[in-house]
Amino acid sequence: MNSRTLSAVAVGAAAVLLVAGCATPEADDRPDSDRAAVFALANDPTNLNPGSNVLGNDTAYVVRQLVDSLLYQNPDTGALEPWLAESYEALDEGRAYRFSLRDDVTFSDGSPLTAEAVKTTFDALVAAGADSAGAPLLVGYQSTEVIDETTAEVRFEVPNAAFPSAVATVGLGIVSPATQDVPFTERADGSAVIGSGPFVLESYVPDEATELSRRADYDWAPASLGEAEGDLIERVSFRVVPEASIRAGGLQNGEFDAIGSVLPTDVASIEAAGGLAISRPNPGVVFGLSFNTTRPGPSDPAVRSAVASAIDAEVVRDTAVTDVYAVATSSLGSTTVGWADQSDLLGADPDEAARVLDAAGWTVGDDGVRAKDGARLSLRIPYIQNFTTNLPALEVIQQQLREVGIEVELLGQGLEYIETLASGDFDAFWSNRSFTDGDVLRTTFSSTTTQLHLDDPVLDALLQEQFSVVDEAQRAASQAEAQRYLIEQHYHVPVYALTSIIATGDDLAGFSFGADSRLDTLAVAARSAG
Amino acid sequence: MVRKAVRPRLTTFLAARLGQAVLVLWAAYTVTFVILFALPSDPVARLLGGDGSDLTDGQIEALRQRLGLDQPLPVQYATQLIGVLRGDLGRSIVSGRPVGEILLEAAGPTAQIALLGLVLAGVLGVAIALIAHSVRSRTLTTLVLSLPPLGVAVPSFWLALILIQTFSFGLPLFPSAGTDGFASAILPAVTLAVPASAAIAQVLARSLLETLDEPYIDTAVAKGASHGRVLWRHALRNAALPTLTVAGLVVGALFSGAVVTETVFSRPGLGRVAARAVESQDIPVVQAVVLVAALLFTTTTLLVDLVTPLLDPRLGTRTRASDRRRRQDPEPSSPSSEGAP
Repeated sequence: MNSRTLSAVAVGAAAVLLVAGCATPEADDRPDSDRAAVFALANDPTNLNPGSNVLGNDTAYVVRQLVDSLLYQNPDTGALEPWLAESYEALDEGRAYRFSLRDDVTFSDGSPLTAEAVKTTFDALVAAGADSAGAPLLVGYQSTEVIDETTAEVRFEVPNAAFPSAVATVGLGIVSPATQDVPFTERADGSAVIGSGPFVLESYVPDEATELSRRADYDWAPASLGEAEGDLIERVSFRVVPEASIRAGGLQNGEFDAIGSVLPTDVASIEAAGGLAISRPNPGVVFGLSFNTTRPGPSDPAVRSAVASAIDAEVVRDTAVTDVYAVATSSLGSTTVGWADQSDLLGADPDEAARVLDAAGWTVGDDGVRAKDGARLSLRIPYIQNFTTNLPALEVIQQQLREVGIEVELLGQGLEYIETLASGDFDAFWSNRSFTDGDVLRTTFSSTTTQLHLDDPVLDALLQEQFSVVDEAQRAASQAEAQRYLIEQHYHVPVYALTSIIATGDDLAGFSFGADSRLDTLAVAARSAG
Repeated sequence: MVRKAVRPRLTTFLAARLGQAVLVLWAAYTVTFVILFALPSDPVARLLGGDGSDLTDGQIEALRQRLGLDQPLPVQYATQLIGVLRGDLGRSIVSGRPVGEILLEAAGPTAQIALLGLVLAGVLGVAIALIAHSVRSRTLTTLVLSLPPLGVAVPSFWLALILIQTFSFGLPLFPSAGTDGFASAILPAVTLAVPASAAIAQVLARSLLETLDEPYIDTAVAKGASHGRVLWRHALRNAALPTLTVAGLVVGALFSGAVVTETVFSRPGLGRVAARAVESQDIPVVQAVVLVAALLFTTTTLLVDLVTPLLDPRLGTRTRASDRRRRQDPEPSSPSSEGAP
C-alpha cells in the first residue's frame, strides 16, 4: 500500500461515516397532516403540574392547553369573562368569591366538573405551600365551600381583591379530584394531571418534546375566542429548541409551524420570509431601576430624580431591544389590569438632572464623577442575566448617567442576585416582574414583601388598599395613585416593557397571547384551508 | 518464577487503582457538596427565585424541611452520602423527579452521539496523523498538522451552527433538531468529534514522528518496505500507545462538548441536564452530574491503565526492572525513558 492509497483509505473511511446517515432524510418530524402543528419552545416545560412553583413562560405555554381556569381574562379588554364558571360574585367585601360553574364540562378522564374539583384544587395548592406558585396567589385562603354541585365559594380571612384576576391564570387552573391521588411534588411529568383543557397529554420527554392531542368533546372555549378559522389543529407537538436561530431557521424551512421566545432582532427577517410575528407587552412591572433607599446615594431624592431625568428610555429601547418593545409609560406595563398612564411625569432631561444634582450639593470632581462630602456618586447596579438584552440596555444607561456625572458599576448575576438583594449591597436593581394584575406593585414594592429595602408608609397604605378594595373603580384609583407615587418619589425608574414574541406560519390561526402574554389556550387553533 | 511474581502484583495494582478511583469519586462528590452547601446562599430562596414574597414563613420552613435543608450540614452530608452509596441520588428540587431516572433518560441520547463522536474522532484523528506523515511535501505536512489546533480553536457552538446552516437549512440532508433516527445523530457527533479528534491527531502525529526516528524503522526501510507499509505496519502500532493515554482527555472533551452540542442541536441528554441543573441551581442534579462526570473519567483512566500493559509487553518488564533497581539503590531512580525494545 503506498502513501497515496493510504491517505485515500483514511479520508474515505471518514467520508463513509459522514455520509452513512444521509440515506434517510427524516420525514416524521414534519406534520403528517394539516391537523398537526409543531411548536418550538426555547426551554423544557420542566413541570407540567399547573400549580407547581416552576412556572416559566414555556411551562405555561404547555400547561395552559391541559387545564382551563374558572375565568378567562380577555387579552384585548382585560375583562374577566366566563370560562369554567358562568359567573362569579364577590361577597363579604372581598372575603369570599362565589363561582357558578358550567354543568356540561368534563375532565379528560370523563368525570364531570363539580364544585368539589374547585375545592380540592385550591386546598391542594395551599397545602403545597412553598412548593406551589399558586399558594401566594391565595393569600389569606381559609377554605372553599361546596355550596352545591355547581357552586363553589372561596373564602379568605382578609379581603383579597386580586383573586379574580389570579383565578384566570394557569397557576390556579382547575384539575380533577382524582389528580390529588398523586402527591403534589410528584406530578411534574404531567401523567397525573387531569384537566379539562382542549388538549390532553400524550407524552412528555424532558428536553425533547411534549405531545398533545385534542379532546374531541371539548366544547367550552371562552366565548370571546370566537370560531375556528379553518381546520382545527388536532395534535400539537411542543419541541424544545434552545437556540433562537435554529427556531427561526426551522420556522422558515417548515420544520416548525410556530416558535416561541423570538428575539426582537429576528422579527424583521421572520416577517420578510413570510412568517407572522405576534408580539404583546408583558403585564406586570416593566424593566427599570428600583432604588435601595437605605444607601447613601439613592437615599437622596435629588439623586433618584437625577437618574430618572438622565435616562432616555427611548434611546435605551432602540439600542437594546428595537421598537418591537414599548417605552414604559408607568411602572406597570400597558397590558396590566390597573395600568395608568404616567407619561406626563416621564421623559429625559439631562440638563434638569445636572441642575438637580448641583442644587443638592453633588459637585463634579476631577474624574467627571460627582461627589458630596467626600462620597463619590457611584451606583452599584446588579441585574439578572436572564435576558441577553439586559446588559446592552444597562450599558446605554451607564453611559447616559455618566454624562451627568453619575458612575455606574454593573453586576451581572445568576440566581445569586437573591443574596445580593438580601444583603442590601446595591444601590439600584434592574429587573421586571410579569403578572396580569396591578397587585404586582404590592409584591414588588410594599415593605412586607419587597426585596428592595423600601419602607414608605404612604406607599404601603396605597398598595394595601388596592389589595383589599373590591370595588373596581376604587381599586383602579388606588393602583393609579400608587403608580404615580412610585414615579414622583422616583423609587422606580420605568424604562421599557418586556415584550413576548411568537411567530407562526401565515396559514395558522388562533395562536395568540393570553392576558398573561403567554400562549393562550389553543382551543380554536386552526390551519386555514387551502 | 518471574511469571508467578506478576500475578500478586497485578492484583495489588488493580486494588490500588480501584481504591484511587473510589477516592476520586468521593472527593468530587464532597467538594461539590461543600461548594454548593457551604456557600452563603439559601437554596430555598433561590428555588423560589426571590418570588415567594406572599408565602408565609411557615410555608417556607415546610419546604426547607421537605428538602432536608433544615438539618445541620454534616447530617445533610452524611444522609446524602449514604443515599448515594445505596444508589439513591435523591429527587430534583425543580421537577421532583428521581435524579437517577433523569440521568438514565438522558444517558441514552448522549451515549449515541458520544460513541459515534468517538469513532469519528478516532478515524479523523488517525487519518490526519497518517496523512501528515504520508505526504511528501513539507508545506502539505505543515498544513495538515495545523488542522488539530484549528479543530480545538473552533468554538463548537459556531461549528454546530455552520453545520446546521449548511446541511439542514441549506441542503436538507439532516434534521436540525431532535433525536429522530440515526441521521439526527450525525451532525452532533461531527461537532463533538472535531475537538476530540484534534487531541488524538496531535498526540499520534508527534508520537509517529518519534517512532519513525527509531532504528527499527531504518531496518524496515533498509529491508525494502514501502513508506506506507512502514507507517501502517511498523510505526502506527507503537505510536498508538501514547495516544491511548489521551483517552481520558477525549472522553472529557466529548462529555463537556455535549453541553453546547445538545443545546444547539436541541437534543435531550446529559449535557442539557447539566446545563439546566446549574442554571436553576437544582442541587441534587448538579451533584449527580458531577458524580457521573467523575465516574466517566475514572473509568476511562482505569481502563487505559489496565489495557496499556496488555498492549505493550515492555511496560510489565520495565516495572519489574525499575523495581529491582529501586530495591538495590536507596536513591529513587529517575523514570526510565521510552527505550527501544
